[in-house]
Amino acid sequence: MSAYEAHFRVWRGDVDGGGLRDFRVEVNEGEVVLDIVHRLQATQAPDLAVRWNCKAGKCGSCSAEINGQPRLLCMTRMSVFSRDETITLTPLRAFPVVRDLVTDVSFNYTKAREVPSFVPPEGLGPGEYRMQQEDVGRSQEFRKCIECFLCQDTCHVLRDFEQNKEAFAGPRFLMRVSELDMHPLDAAGEAGIDRKRAAQDEHGLGYCNITKCCTEVCPEGIKITDNALIPLKERAVDRKYDPLVWLGNKIRRREG
Amino acid sequence: MTQVERQAWDVVVIGAGGAGLRAAIEAREAGMRCAVICKSLFGKAHTVMAEGGIAASMGNVNEGDNWQVHFRDTMRGGKFLNHWRMAELHAQEAPDRVWELETWGALFDRTPDGRISQRNFGGHEYPRLAHVGDRTGLELIRTLQQKIVSLQQEDHAETGDYEARLKVFQECTVTRIVKDAAGEKVAGVFGYERESGRFFAIEAPAVVLATGGIGKSFKVTSNSWEYTGDGHALALLAGAPLINMEFVQFHPTGMVWPPSVKGILVTESVRGDGGVLRNSEGKRFMFDYIPDVFKEKYAQSEDEGDRWYEDPDHNRRPPELLPRDEVARAINSEVKAGRGSPHGGVFLDVSTRMPAEVIKRRLPSMHHQFKELADVDITAEPMEVGPTCHYVMGGVDVDPDTAAASGVPGLFAAGEVAGGMHGSNRLGGNSLSDLLVFGRRAGLHAARYAQEAAASGTRPVPDDAQLDLAAAEALRPFSAEDGELPSAVSAGSAAEQPAGPAENPYTLHQELQQTMNDLVGIIRRAGEMEDALHRLAALRVRARRAGVEGHRQFNPGWHLAIDLRNMLLVSECVARAALERTESRGGHTRDDCPEMDREWRRVNLVCRLSDPSAGLAAPTDPGRGQIRLERRETPPIRPDLLNLFEKDELVKYLTDEELTQ
Ligand SMILES: Cc1cc2nc3c(=O)[nH]c(=O)nc-3n(C[C@H](O)[C@H](O)[C@H](O)COP(=O)(O)OP(=O)(O)OC[C@H]3O[C@@H](n4cnc5c(N)ncnc54)[C@H](O)[C@@H]3O)c2cc1C
Ligand code: SF4
Ligand code: SF4
Ligand code: FES
Repeated sequence: MSAYEAHFRVWRGDVDGGGLRDFRVEVNEGEVVLDIVHRLQATQAPDLAVRWNCKAGKCGSCSAEINGQPRLLCMTRMSVFSRDETITLTPLRAFPVVRDLVTDVSFNYTKAREVPSFVPPEGLGPGEYRMQQEDVGRSQEFRKCIECFLCQDTCHVLRDFEQNKEAFAGPRFLMRVSELDMHPLDAAGEAGIDRKRAAQDEHGLGYCNITKCCTEVCPEGIKITDNALIPLKERAVDRKYDPLVWLGNKIRRREG
Repeated sequence: MTQVERQAWDVVVIGAGGAGLRAAIEAREAGMRCAVICKSLFGKAHTVMAEGGIAASMGNVNEGDNWQVHFRDTMRGGKFLNHWRMAELHAQEAPDRVWELETWGALFDRTPDGRISQRNFGGHEYPRLAHVGDRTGLELIRTLQQKIVSLQQEDHAETGDYEARLKVFQECTVTRIVKDAAGEKVAGVFGYERESGRFFAIEAPAVVLATGGIGKSFKVTSNSWEYTGDGHALALLAGAPLINMEFVQFHPTGMVWPPSVKGILVTESVRGDGGVLRNSEGKRFMFDYIPDVFKEKYAQSEDEGDRWYEDPDHNRRPPELLPRDEVARAINSEVKAGRGSPHGGVFLDVSTRMPAEVIKRRLPSMHHQFKELADVDITAEPMEVGPTCHYVMGGVDVDPDTAAASGVPGLFAAGEVAGGMHGSNRLGGNSLSDLLVFGRRAGLHAARYAQEAAASGTRPVPDDAQLDLAAAEALRPFSAEDGELPSAVSAGSAAEQPAGPAENPYTLHQELQQTMNDLVGIIRRAGEMEDALHRLAALRVRARRAGVEGHRQFNPGWHLAIDLRNMLLVSECVARAALERTESRGGHTRDDCPEMDREWRRVNLVCRLSDPSAGLAAPTDPGRGQIRLERRETPPIRPDLLNLFEKDELVKYLTDEELTQ
């Protein structure tokens, strides 16, 4: 493949407003969208703001919207677009813009703090933890999360309704609750924390109507809805309406 | 003076990677108020990219393992140039540091009996690397991040403020360590917020450098934009020396195609799990490259190497698992000899070694990376790989037990920015463990130091003149275009007024990377390094005219213009030390001095700023450098540790004189 010139439209501006700017820029074989943004910085717009770190889909920094789709700039190949297509880059819509492609994602860090942390089991010292691979596998899937917040950006509960941000933690952090709940040794119950109830009452699980949009954009391919949110909903419901199930779970857990 | 926001904390940690976060946790748990400053968002430091694992002799997979064996491997890997005390502490404490992560919620892959699983890696005698697939760094950083959050939750419960005792200042860059008016003790740091461009100063008696490495000075690198050697430069500018800067690790396996991904890492686990290297003739060439010092330790035939994966007690490991410097050089030689792959690398193949399902389970992110970025399905075809700049062994000269930087009271360093631990070459997996072991020690001793300063009423106060100078220095790129310096700067250095047009910082950076890559890269020669020093000096002159457009709000051009100072300082250290060391050892290979020389093992090269009082007026005379080199004798290895090795082996590294002592 030879080099060609592509047409980009990049949103430039800050809190006070801004707009799409047109650029014509060279594209070479094998490049990803982030390479093109870097070329724009080096040749045409040195102050173009963008976040990135690893350039290999591992850190979750370079999230933005490409032709309206939430994506990682570093994992989107130029070859998925035709040569005459105009490629539009805009910042994540669900978060306030800081400058150009950079948004204020502090909402996510606030939500992260609201989820009670892992509670280590009493009586097990460092080095004494024993867990089977099949039991850690479920939480491990969720720990693949690179915190790109694309799922948060795409979820309509947050994207379309600013007022929901207070009550709804978003798929990323509901999944975190689910992850801790499935951790084989988490002793939250013993510490008086009911993670399932908290998911419902404090993190807004009820707002999720399992559209699976979050799962579709996750660059790590985590089955957020099927594996984290739906099971959490099922168990949260059990607890709310069936005290016996709740008691039963509690007893079984103690024995195990 | 320029408007700066000021705050006071007990301990400031610069860096939120594994070392920085571990230090912060320790300082906070020791009762100190701790501020963490980092250039990226919280949770995105370079550590997140680590793949293969974390080395600790827990002995979960092979009971023969213990700290002594780990110590031995580490010293061998570093060709005995390691500071033995650091290697000892590291090997002894690594298991506790890993187990502790489990109590903070980490979920490592498991052995059948439910313990933490451990995998093979180059240079490690036993399966030793605790891991989570090939995303171990993510697990490490997330666990530390979540531990910080849990401490903040405790503080919130007690005080109503999450950030009462532990605060992360994300997307902030420190540009200077500030000292007291006497210029003796550390008094705080100066920096800017990336988002707003606003300056800030934090007063603190103790500062921990945990800023990672320098790889962004090289063109082909696995490192991110953050790796501009800031901590190395901050230490130099504060008067602390660096050691071992000639030792830069080129990882043998980076991606080579397509060009835009050149340098991105292909984890060593690929080889640890059975992947083999072949040249264009289909030959497993590593068998031809086993150096004498390792002859007895590696398989001599493919059959033996293959049997080792199943029966490691009765066979020797395949030479694909030699330490990284050996493998990187071998690949380089094969390519040079015309036996490379189509895009200038060699072939790394797992597809013929393991079923597709196993590959996808054990190496998920490699599978993903090649499929997404190179259209290669590693379960069906070989990868093309070649060396990439990966890690710097050199760093701040520290006290092994306390991580205190030499000569600057109140300054500490841990992680990749610290020197000594890995000698001339780091073993895979030994970095993540290093971060935790020495991050913890740095946090602990910084906290003690701060506590003593508070108790004795001697908290140093930052010198206003230094803060003013730091602000002027940071603003310089905005006035570069008309050749004018801000008044504070020009006053002190009238003779150094830049003349000529403003320079594009991106162009300067590219030229710097090309210079280091071509002239001080994996194979070095005296003439080329001298050439490099000249080019660096010329770049330094031009970098004083690096100019930027726009304003201070999230302006990457401005950030890069500021970072150039650090990259130039650090690159000069690498080039000068590499030119001085007339032997080949670990991550320093001289074409003109190919042998390892036992006399050189006793020498550490120490880099210092040649004129610490020069402030911003860095010499513009290309003949003069900014760095002065000194030779220093390495401390003798404690006899009981030497006794862990056979005499036959020691004679390869130690001089006769040392052996008879
Ligand atoms: C792709 C890859 C894979 C690797 N795999 C492994 C592995 O499997 N096992 C292993 O042991 N090692 C591995 N390594 C090496 C290891 O990851 C690094 O050496 C290690 O993570 C460095 O950690 P650190 O805490 O020293 O610094 P980092 O994690 O790099 O953190 C540096 C921090 O300092 C901050 N910082 C820097 N400069 C400034 C400044 N001026 N102001 C404010 N903040 C600043 C940065 O923002 C960042 O937060 C790998 C490295 C790479 C690149
Ligand atoms: S499944 Fe739930 S969390 Fe995910 S996008 Fe839909 S509503 Fe949001
Ligand atoms: S769950 Fe997936 S999409 Fe959401 S933040 Fe994590 S990696 Fe990103
Ligand atoms: S830069 Fe790290 S995910 Fe894109």
